[in-house]
Amino acid sequence: MPALNTASMPDLVFAILFFFMVTTTMRSETLMVKMKLPTASEVQKLEKKSLVTYINIGPPMEARLGTGTQMQLNDRFAQVSEIQDYIAQEKASMNEADQPLMTVSIKADEETRMQYITDVKQALRQAYALKISYSARQGGN
Amino acid sequence: MARTNRKVPALNASSMADISFLLLTFFLLVSNMDVDSGLARRLPPPPQTEEQTTVDVQRRNLLVVLVNAQNETMAQNQQGSEWYSSTEELRGSGGKTPLKDKVKEFVLNVSNSAELPELTEEDFGAPIGTVPVTSQHVISIQNDATTSYKTYIAVQNEVVRAYNELREEGARKYFNTSYEELTDEQQKQINDLYPQRISEAEPKNYGGK
Repeated sequence: MPALNTASMPDLVFAILFFFMVTTTMRSETLMVKMKLPTASEVQKLEKKSLVTYINIGPPMEARLGTGTQMQLNDRFAQVSEIQDYIAQEKASMNEADQPLMTVSIKADEETRMQYITDVKQALRQAYALKISYSARQGGN
Repeated sequence: MARTNRKVPALNASSMADISFLLLTFFLLVSNMDVDSGLARRLPPPPQTEEQTTVDVQRRNLLVVLVNAQNETMAQNQQGSEWYSSTEELRGSGGKTPLKDKVKEFVLNVSNSAELPELTEEDFGAPIGTVPVTSQHVISIQNDATTSYKTYIAVQNEVVRAYNELREEGARKYFNTSYEELTDEQQKQINDLYPQRISEAEPKNYGGK
């Protein structure tokens, strides 16, 4: 039986490798808050990652910072009052045609109190970021 | 000279596959294909003046869904109110009418009851034609300051589920297929037929700190 010619195997593997290298998006921000997203059954997928801005809400990862709810914008903790600047900044970095399509994904821990979420929502209204999405895991039920 | 005719030895490339496999596994592990998913909502624009712009809504057109600080839910309209003490009860355990059925009944108003939203005839184009719909209905989700986000999302989810089921039923009725398989145009028709009219009210604070 002739030996199988595997000379083209590296080429194939390289092709797959390039595919993954191109499609992969490395996590640009490291999470500083712990969160367990709530589950929901009627979730919709958020297409176009470039249009989505994230707001992370939850207790801090580091124990010395306590267990109070914190908000992370980009790579640092922020107050609710800073949301407007943040949204303006994110909007400015976007293509002009894409700006009305901007979606803000609120990724909040399921134990967060609604007071906090409401404050965030009010701030988003003021910043005219009206398309929002309550991030949730697809869960059965 | 002796060196002129010497053959270049072939490079041993058999380990190339191993190396590229290694890289491949690295990227396979690192890449995250999962896209973020969630419940999409649209916030109302900020009030233009200091005083709140209030929209008068007839009592019969309004379904208030209240989530209190103890994470209990109450759905109230002109017909009466339903009390749910946990998220399981929202889905119908313990002999309760599930919230989604309540919402569906409210949105449809099949029996043309005077206590449910008023029906108006509207044209939605072929093949739906002119049908009576409750175009003025509003579902107002209200929450307290200490309501947990989890319960709030559960309630939102049930309301969205009611709308999704209505749209699915509409698609089956008028297009004889599932909502998923409709064209964008047809989906829009169905969405116009059952528009999501969910109002996120201004926060209230009666539960105390």
